Amino acid sequence: MGEVLLTHKLKGERLELAAGGSWTATHAGELEALVERVTGEAPEAKDVSIDMAGVREFDTFGAWLLERLTRQWTKSGREAVVVGLPEHDLGLIEEMQGVNLEAVPKPVRQNPLVNSFAAFGRAGVDFGHDLVIFAGMLGAVSVSLARVVLHPRDYRLTSTIHQFDRVAWQAVPIILLITFLIGAIISQQGIFHFRRFGAELYSVDLVAILVLREIGVLIVAIMVAGRSGSSYTAELGAMKMREEIDALRTMGFDPIEVLILPRILVLVVALPVLTFLGSMAALYGGGLVALLYGGISPEIYISRLSDAISLTHFKVGMIKAPFMGLVIGIVACAAGLRVKGSAESLGLQTTNSVVQSIFLVVVLDGLFAIFFASIGM
Amino acid sequence: MTKENAVIKVRDLEVGFGDQTILDHLNLDVREAEILGVVGGSGAGKSVLLRTIIGLVPKRRGSIEVLGVDLAKANEAERRVLERRWGVLFQQGALFSSLTVRQNVQFPMRENLEISQNLMDEMSIAKLEMVGLTPQDANKFPSELSGGMTKRAALARALALDPEIVFLDEPTSGLDPISAGDFDELIRTLQQTLEITVFMVTHDLESLYTACDRIAVLADGKVVADGTIANMLESEHPWVKTYFQGKRGGMLADRQMNA
Repeated sequence: MGEVLLTHKLKGERLELAAGGSWTATHAGELEALVERVTGEAPEAKDVSIDMAGVREFDTFGAWLLERLTRQWTKSGREAVVVGLPEHDLGLIEEMQGVNLEAVPKPVRQNPLVNSFAAFGRAGVDFGHDLVIFAGMLGAVSVSLARVVLHPRDYRLTSTIHQFDRVAWQAVPIILLITFLIGAIISQQGIFHFRRFGAELYSVDLVAILVLREIGVLIVAIMVAGRSGSSYTAELGAMKMREEIDALRTMGFDPIEVLILPRILVLVVALPVLTFLGSMAALYGGGLVALLYGGISPEIYISRLSDAISLTHFKVGMIKAPFMGLVIGIVACAAGLRVKGSAESLGLQTTNSVVQSIFLVVVLDGLFAIFFASIGM
Repeated sequence: MTKENAVIKVRDLEVGFGDQTILDHLNLDVREAEILGVVGGSGAGKSVLLRTIIGLVPKRRGSIEVLGVDLAKANEAERRVLERRWGVLFQQGALFSSLTVRQNVQFPMRENLEISQNLMDEMSIAKLEMVGLTPQDANKFPSELSGGMTKRAALARALALDPEIVFLDEPTSGLDPISAGDFDELIRTLQQTLEITVFMVTHDLESLYTACDRIAVLADGKVVADGTIANMLESEHPWVKTYFQGKRGGMLADRQMNA
């Protein structure tokens, strides 16, 4: 450090440069500035000589800067001579004389306005593609389901049980906890606001109907989309990246049948089970808050519950659950198969999978609400 | 840097996982500006040795000194300085998949040097051309490259900061014999122009003959033989004998004799 890297002297029409110190990567920034400055300072000079004898260390960075300097001078029709370069560094200079001769194709930059329109259009087209892929996956899964129904022996039971353990059994604690808290919160809010009219007891109706019809299944579906949908996408995506899916195909297996069908069927079965457990936990949480915060005794809570709800409410919630499981499974698996070579695309598809499945779950819930209203359930 | 003969000194190294010992009291010197080829059967611990030297695998016992610095005793800052002085080519290339080839090469420069974007662009293209890629390849993503191109791009990244030592983990595996031969030659040329020390783990007999100055054979967790090809052919160690004078090794040995 502190060494003089480049000095210059003007002798008539000849610019004499003397280099010293370390012409290496560490000093490259400093060197670049020096080289630029020196070239700019002597516009009247006709030729330049560069004495490299004082240079202690020399690497490709230094060699390139030297080469760049001589190139600049030669290009403007002036002469550049390099002297005093040690023998063993000549190879480096020779190497550098062969590089950067061709112009690098610059990435084409488009008009930002056009770009934003294009992005908007592309988003629309992508949405269409997503729908097609979704439909395609639904069809492929149906076909393979039909095949499995015809040849039940081909069905992968071990894999199904393994997946069931991961998706349903291991999800029970967190689902119970979350729905318990949601039930408690709804109950607390209900009591707090109904108390003004002296109608605390109606908070039980609120909790019961909301949880059984809507919240229970929605919360569970969102949890499962975040927990299992994302892991499906990541698993399948990583398998795709490592060519495991191609390997399956070449061995005569259908990846849909081996990997995807068991996963989706497990979700279709697991979601109603989890919804049932979640709804019970939410009702329990609501009852606990009713007792502790609203002073409603368990006997009254239960009798109010049996007045407020009918089997219909319970059915409405449970009927929706398998369809939501199907949507989550199909979106997650389709996203997994769309992963390309890079780690970034794996992340992107995992995000897509969760966002799309939560979105579709909510849309589906809305459609069911219209449906049930029109058939009077 | 004081000019010492051995740039990497491994003494009494013991590395293991669980109750399994992979390297057992291993001693090895890598001399300045040589190409050392490390060979050994699958599972002999070649890659483990490389990864231990660069600090990715913890050691149980022994000492490793690289460029005069003991990694175990170095603090964070010293380690960073040291890590800038070596480059590593991983077996699968390990290019960052979300960056283009050019950005991959620029990555170490951007993090470690204070240079302008312009110079960085020129240097990255220069490095890519040195390893035999074209400027057109610079804007490609790693997933668009063939196996040979990936290795070349990864080598360009390993050379980005003009390291003093380059570690190569099976540089020619997965390449066709012609590309592998080219790659050997490339390593040889770069080693001569840049005056770097190369530590190369390999399976490839051709590489040993064409690229390496010295060979170290790893077996039973130790270096059982080291020296030039001629020394290897004279060695009496059973594994070395089978390796260099077996079916495949023998052919090359004959060619070497006749040449």
